[in-house]
Amino acid sequence: MAQESGTSRVKRGMAEMLKGGVIMDVVNVEQAKIAEDAGAVAVMALERVPADIRAQGGVARMSDPDMIAAIQAAVSIPVMAKARIGHFVEAQVLQSLGVDFIDESEVLTPTDYANHINKWNFTIPFVCGATNLGEALRRINEGAAMIRSKGEAGTGDVSNAMTHMRQIGGEIRRLTSMREDELYVAAKEMQAPFDLVKEVAANGKLPVVLFTAGGIATPADAALMMQMGADGVFIGSGIFKSGDPKRRAEACVKATTAFTDAKVIADASRGLGEAMVGINVADLPAPHRLSERGW
Amino acid sequence: MQVGVLALQGDFREHLNALAQCGVQGVEIRTPAELDKIDALIIPGGESTTIVSLAKTFDVFEQIKKRIADGMPTYGSCAGMIMLADHIVAAKDGQETFGGIDITVRRNAFGRQVDSFESDISAPAISKSPIHAIFIRAPWVEKVGKSVEVLASYEGSDGASHPVAVRQGHLLATAFHPEITDDFSVHRYFLEKVCS
Repeated sequence: MAQESGTSRVKRGMAEMLKGGVIMDVVNVEQAKIAEDAGAVAVMALERVPADIRAQGGVARMSDPDMIAAIQAAVSIPVMAKARIGHFVEAQVLQSLGVDFIDESEVLTPTDYANHINKWNFTIPFVCGATNLGEALRRINEGAAMIRSKGEAGTGDVSNAMTHMRQIGGEIRRLTSMREDELYVAAKEMQAPFDLVKEVAANGKLPVVLFTAGGIATPADAALMMQMGADGVFIGSGIFKSGDPKRRAEACVKATTAFTDAKVIADASRGLGEAMVGINVADLPAPHRLSERGW
Repeated sequence: MQVGVLALQGDFREHLNALAQCGVQGVEIRTPAELDKIDALIIPGGESTTIVSLAKTFDVFEQIKKRIADGMPTYGSCAGMIMLADHIVAAKDGQETFGGIDITVRRNAFGRQVDSFESDISAPAISKSPIHAIFIRAPWVEKVGKSVEVLASYEGSDGASHPVAVRQGHLLATAFHPEITDDFSVHRYFLEKVCS
C-alpha cells in the first residue's frame, strides 16, 4: 500500500507505545521538564490542573496555543492537550498545533450535551473517558484510539477510578461468558454497537488501550490500577499538588512498571513528603462530579 | 536459545506475541537476574527517555550495555533503534543509549503524531515481498558507519531517502513497528539470521 496517515492502526499504535507508562498533567515548561526527567511517557498540557478547576470554578476551556507550543518546544516526549466534550473546533485547533493526542475531556466544561466529537474526521488520535463498557464502546465507535477510566479528577481520591475499572472489567468478563445470541441484548442494554460488543466478547479486552485516570495520588494507587488491568495511568493533580513533585513523579513511574512487586512499591513510597490534600468523592455535591459528564 | 523482551515500558507484549507466532516463547525482562538467563534481547517500541530512566532505576542499564558489547544478539524497534544507536540527535539533553550500532539516529525525524503513517517498504534481505511498516513518531538513521548494512530506506519529508532498517553483525534495528502488524518477517529474520 501507498503511504497513509491517520489510519486506525497508526492512531491505536501510538497508544500502544504509551503502555506501562505515566502521563502527567503539567501547566508550564518547568513542570513539563520535571515530568520528562522523571520518566513520564507523555505530558498533558493544560492551564489549570483539575484540582484548581474545581477550586476556582468557572468555565474550563482548551489551553492557550502559546502555552502548548512552549511545552512542545521544551520536551521531546509526546504532548497531549484537552478539548471540551463536543467542541470539534478546539480539536481542529489542537490538531493544527501538532499535539500528539487529544483528550476529549470531562474535566473541561462540556460544549455539547448530546454529541461527542466525530473523531474519525481527525488525523491525530483521541483519548476519551468512560465509566462503564457501554460508554467506552460508544467512544470507540466515534473513533477514540484510547480509553481512560474516568475516576473523579482533581480529588486525590482513587475510589471512583476503582469503581470504573471494576465496572469496565466486570462487564468485559460477563460478555466473554455469553452465548452469541445473548450478545444482541447485551449490546442493546449497554447502548453499544453490536460489532464492538461481539469483538470484546471474543477477545476479552477492549480493541484499544485502556488507561486509568482520576484521583491517583500515590505510587500504590498507580500500582493498584495496573493490577486492576490498566495499561497505564494518567496523573493529574496528584503530582504537582504534592509536597515534592519530582520525587513523587519518579516514584509513580517506578511503581507503574513494577506494579506487582510490593518491595519496589514500598521503596518508591518512602519519604515522598505530603501527598495532595484531596477531597472525598462522597462529599462532592452531584453537580461537581465530573465523571457524570459524557453521554 | 532464550529470547527476552525488555519489559520496562512500551509494546513489549506485542513483541512477545510476534515471537510466539514464530514459535519462540519469549520472556519479560525487568531485573538483572532475568537478564542473566537470556541469550538474545528485543527492545520494544515506547518512549526512549522513559526506557533509559527505568533501565537505570532497575539497575539493568550497564548490564545491557555490556551484554550488547559482548555480542548478545539484540533487536530494537523505534525506541529500541534509538537505544541501539551509538549517537542520537534531537534528543533530550544528555540522553544516553545502550549503543552498539555505529549510526546516528534522529529522534522523531518523520515528525509528530500527525505525520505518523503506514506504508509498504522493500527490504529484500529480510523478505522477498514488501513489508508492511508502521511508523509512529518514528526516528530515521542520519549517518551510518562502514560496518553497518542498510536493509531498508524510506523517503522523509525532506525529500531524501533515509535508512529505516539496519544491521551490524549481531544487532538489528528498525525505525518502524513490525510487532503491531501481522507480518512477522522481521522477527523471523532476527531469530534465523541475526541470532544464529
